[in-house]
Amino acid sequence: MVGLLHTIEIAIGATCLGLLIGIGGAYGKLYGGPVVRDLLAVYTTAVRAVPELVLILLLYYAGTDLINQVLAALGYQRIDISGLAAGIAVLGFVQGAYSTEVIRGAILSIPQGQIEAARAYGMSPGLLLRRITLPAMLPFAIPGLANLWLIATKDTALLAVVGFYELTLATRQAAGVTKAYLTFYLAAGAIYLLVSLISNLIIGRIEARARRGMPSLKEAR
Amino acid sequence: MAGEAAIINVAARTSLWLQPHRIVLILIALGLVLAAAFFMRWDWLPQYYEAGLLGIWRSLWILAVTCVLGFLLAVPLGLAQAAGPFWFAAPAKVFCTIIRGTPLLLQLWLLYYGLGSLFPQYPWIRESWMWPYLRQAWPYGVLALTLSFAGYEGEVMRGAFAGVPKGQLEAARAFGMSRWKAFRRIWLPQAFYRALPTLTGETVLQLKSTPLVATISVIDIFAVSSKVRQDTYLTYEPLLLLALIYMAITGILVFAFSRIEARIPNKIG
Repeated sequence: MVGLLHTIEIAIGATCLGLLIGIGGAYGKLYGGPVVRDLLAVYTTAVRAVPELVLILLLYYAGTDLINQVLAALGYQRIDISGLAAGIAVLGFVQGAYSTEVIRGAILSIPQGQIEAARAYGMSPGLLLRRITLPAMLPFAIPGLANLWLIATKDTALLAVVGFYELTLATRQAAGVTKAYLTFYLAAGAIYLLVSLISNLIIGRIEARARRGMPSLKEAR
Repeated sequence: MAGEAAIINVAARTSLWLQPHRIVLILIALGLVLAAAFFMRWDWLPQYYEAGLLGIWRSLWILAVTCVLGFLLAVPLGLAQAAGPFWFAAPAKVFCTIIRGTPLLLQLWLLYYGLGSLFPQYPWIRESWMWPYLRQAWPYGVLALTLSFAGYEGEVMRGAFAGVPKGQLEAARAFGMSRWKAFRRIWLPQAFYRALPTLTGETVLQLKSTPLVATISVIDIFAVSSKVRQDTYLTYEPLLLLALIYMAITGILVFAFSRIEARIPNKIG
């Protein structure tokens, strides 16, 4: 159960971090200068082309090592980075690349007139982002982001490989101790499935709310 | 999705290839690569060169086998969901939901440790001709990856089959084609064309899940790099090279699929 808690904590943390990176990245890609745009293109392409497992290993070791080296160079003591924080950071970094693309597409599908109208009213860019762009892009972004959330819950399983204690690793240890492999793995699978199905329900609600006032997809076709 | 974006990137890159800031960025990237080549340790490369090639070959082999088998499995899955009667569609839907709702790593471990621990309890399995295969790790890896690919792709094929206009099928039947012939000549090709862009993305995703088989002791390229890291106590060099290899394979895959996609007629529906 501690494992499940860790899994969900990491999935939520990583998705939130990924969303922040994604919003920033999408803005950079749409409105940034040429250098920013190219760098972001490299980021999203590279992260999406390399297996998550390799990225997790690379960032997990390289990231903690780098932070410690920087701290040592600045004259501080080495710190132990908790697996939770490292896991959230790593998965968030990966999720950020995917959500950048999702959010970029969603912002592009907002009718341009809405943003222009907001500018004409003299809104500052921050207000524009908060009041217009984010709420207006939400209905377009939610299916993609929902997918990302499901991927995040499943990607947490990969952290078992670097030895972080979450649902899959807990299952493996429990199964190893009791020798009842099939039972434990089936139970863990059922838990993951339950998480997915429950999130599907919740996402359906959120989507219905975000799309309120818009024509339903079936009528639009 | 990744595939499409990459294609667009390639197109954009070739049209606006040489802009001043790009040249600077490319120079910086070159500098980083050169710095990596000079300041990092690469003396382990000759020693593990052959193992690495073998690992790449094995990864590609697993990728190809699981994609082909998975796709063959996905066609009936999609068809059952799109057009089958309830008692046919329901199991297919349940299968897809289960596969897509649980992590691949868990499925892999369930098959390898779970099923693998069951088999030796039955003497008739141990004495059968299958035992030498069942004792190894790769059949479980291939099975898990195939099922996973079939699960994801089955959902895609469902949409693709459902998206073929009804009139096409009715016309085929009106021409006197048998049901099987109409399926083979009309329904399947059109659904395949529709699914092709997604298929690119799925294949890249599948490539990215192949390193998971290393966790059940199949020696693919990922396992080779782990071995290098254990032997030489180097953290970054093997991983960086590994990332580069995967990026290269992804690039080749996306390029190949874009060539296939360019060949199909694009007036559909």
